[in-house]
Amino acid sequence: MKRKVLFFISAGLLLLSFYMVLVFVPTEKDMGIVQRIFYYHVPLAWVAFLAFFVVFFASIGYLVKRKPRWDHVACASAEIGLVFISLMLLTGMIWAKSAWGVWWIWEPRLTTSLVLWFVYVAYFIVRAYVVEEERKARFGAVVGIIGFLNVPLVFLSVTLWRTQHPPLTIFTDGLAGSMMATLLVCLFAFNFFYIYLLAEVTLMKADERAVRQLKEKSIRRNS
Amino acid sequence: MAVETNPAVEVKNLSRTFGTFEALKNLSLAVRPGETLAIFGHNGAGKTTLLKILSTVMKPTGGEIYYGGLSIAADAENIRRRLGVVSHRSFLYSSLTAYDNLVFYSRLYDVAGYETRIKHLLNQLGLRSRMYDKVGTFSRGMSQRLAIARALLHRPEIVLMDEPESGLDSSAMDTLWQLMREDCRTIIFTHHNLERGFQAASRVVIMARGRMFFCPDIKCSPGELEKAYASSLETA
Amino acid sequence: MREIAKAFTIAAKDVLTEIRTREIISSVVVFAVLVIVIFNFAFGSNQQAAGLVAPGIIWVTFAFAGILSLNRSFILEKEEDCIEGLMVAPISRESIYLGKFFGNLFFILLIQAIVIPVFSLLFNVGFFNIELVLITVMASVGFASVGTLFAAMAVSTRARELVLPVLFFPVITPVIIAAVNASAAILDGGVLSSITQWLGIIGAFDVIFLVASYLIFCFIIEE
Repeated sequence: MKRKVLFFISAGLLLLSFYMVLVFVPTEKDMGIVQRIFYYHVPLAWVAFLAFFVVFFASIGYLVKRKPRWDHVACASAEIGLVFISLMLLTGMIWAKSAWGVWWIWEPRLTTSLVLWFVYVAYFIVRAYVVEEERKARFGAVVGIIGFLNVPLVFLSVTLWRTQHPPLTIFTDGLAGSMMATLLVCLFAFNFFYIYLLAEVTLMKADERAVRQLKEKSIRRNS
Repeated sequence: MAVETNPAVEVKNLSRTFGTFEALKNLSLAVRPGETLAIFGHNGAGKTTLLKILSTVMKPTGGEIYYGGLSIAADAENIRRRLGVVSHRSFLYSSLTAYDNLVFYSRLYDVAGYETRIKHLLNQLGLRSRMYDKVGTFSRGMSQRLAIARALLHRPEIVLMDEPESGLDSSAMDTLWQLMREDCRTIIFTHHNLERGFQAASRVVIMARGRMFFCPDIKCSPGELEKAYASSLETA
Repeated sequence: MREIAKAFTIAAKDVLTEIRTREIISSVVVFAVLVIVIFNFAFGSNQQAAGLVAPGIIWVTFAFAGILSLNRSFILEKEEDCIEGLMVAPISRESIYLGKFFGNLFFILLIQAIVIPVFSLLFNVGFFNIELVLITVMASVGFASVGTLFAAMAVSTRARELVLPVLFFPVITPVIIAAVNASAAILDGGVLSSITQWLGIIGAFDVIFLVASYLIFCFIIEE
């Protein structure tokens, strides 16, 4: 029941955001149409980092409580986070190409996100190569914790590194009212969408585990 | 008025699952100080898992374990001080010499005057001549003997052994038990050979499918043991 | 403290093993020198370019060499289940971590002590001053802190050669960035005061990840 509510709220907000980004908000004077990607890029970034925080929190929860539920949440949030951060990097690259003519710049936020992308991937690689289910969850939790602690340090070091180069401004003026409104709607939409996805994928993981256990039990009974 | 002494080792409702596989199910066992307990059981009965949990390497998923009244959960380090463990693998570093290995473990266990202790044990186990040879050059039997020396360095009160006689010839086996009786009070070991295990033990039990199948308080007769073992195999 | 004494016993055992086998000196050092030579071919004989990229090359080399050395330290313990021998002894899981950490730190520093003079020779770059030593030691502590934790994890997976680099490289990014920039600044004639921020980052990394790894290690080695 709660999931249905979440689904409709996020679907509604997402549709609203499409309208606002594509129709409502005026075109920005410097960058033109491509600038609209900004309204997705920022929420994607926010949710990706939020998702990773949830991985961190759930990982600690798992190590302390040892209940599979925590691992399902961590793994689900990591999967969603990986998708969001990939999209964030893609939108960032499209933005960079049209704003500065290059596909990639070593700017603090992008670089930190790139490193985070690698940490997410490491999370799944470690899990993939561990045989036992309980150990898989434990090792994943360790990666989730260490990886998250690393994020602020990466950001700091890249920021310090890049201050030695001319800074790149995102906007020369502030955000107009309509732009701010659009951005906020997108932010809300993605947040709700993330929460909805997290609920769905977590339950899916619980189901997957139940199926695995049934399979194991029946194999053992028949052998 | 009878004085109740704490059992040397007490296991209460121990369980351990790996995914869906229940390696140990609600297992309970009490071992009195001074007992030499032999644990028999079919392959996969859970003997090795039980020993691993008793030696604190593995944590149980349920249940409690007490050593002389002290719980493992609270006092693991203190308990390990009095524990000697002989496992399937030797815990020995192959690139180091026998002497290096034993000095290392002596330091970990705070063994005072370890030089003499090491020489004494190596003499007893017939390894004195190989003291400065790398363990990698040892045969299976020699590593097993050295592993026993390693386990007994600190004169443990309680010794846990998984198939201790594997790889040993009969004279080495005799030395093994003689050394055990010298320093250790309580011994818990597994064995695949009913006769040999029965000979060495003061009490025998049988495990099957993660549970205690046959758990008499005092040592049964060889005939009883054989019968019980045969029926334990049927449940497997 | 007894815990530290036991940790040193473990580290001393690792050093003794190296004395008996000379594995690290022969394989890792040769590897490191090879990497440096290959980099030299990659950058041509341009003296100016060599001076610019020297700090980067040396730190990338140390990162790769570090991986080899870290991997080895736990492969030793997997043989004959020696790690169980450590777990059964009257020492805390944390002392085991500290012991392996000290051993790994020692070997990383040893490798650096051998490789740096070779590097200075080939690249005509002086690496012998106190600031550079400080950077190197601090960065090595960072490498060894997470490296020990990750190596313990990797050795319990089915793909240890893949898992360790995949985990190690993203997480040590801040250390690499800081060490390279700080080294470059010093080689350019800077003084200690000019690199305090970089040292701050490495120092923060060292403290955070030493503490985190120290606390999390027990979750990795338990069965």
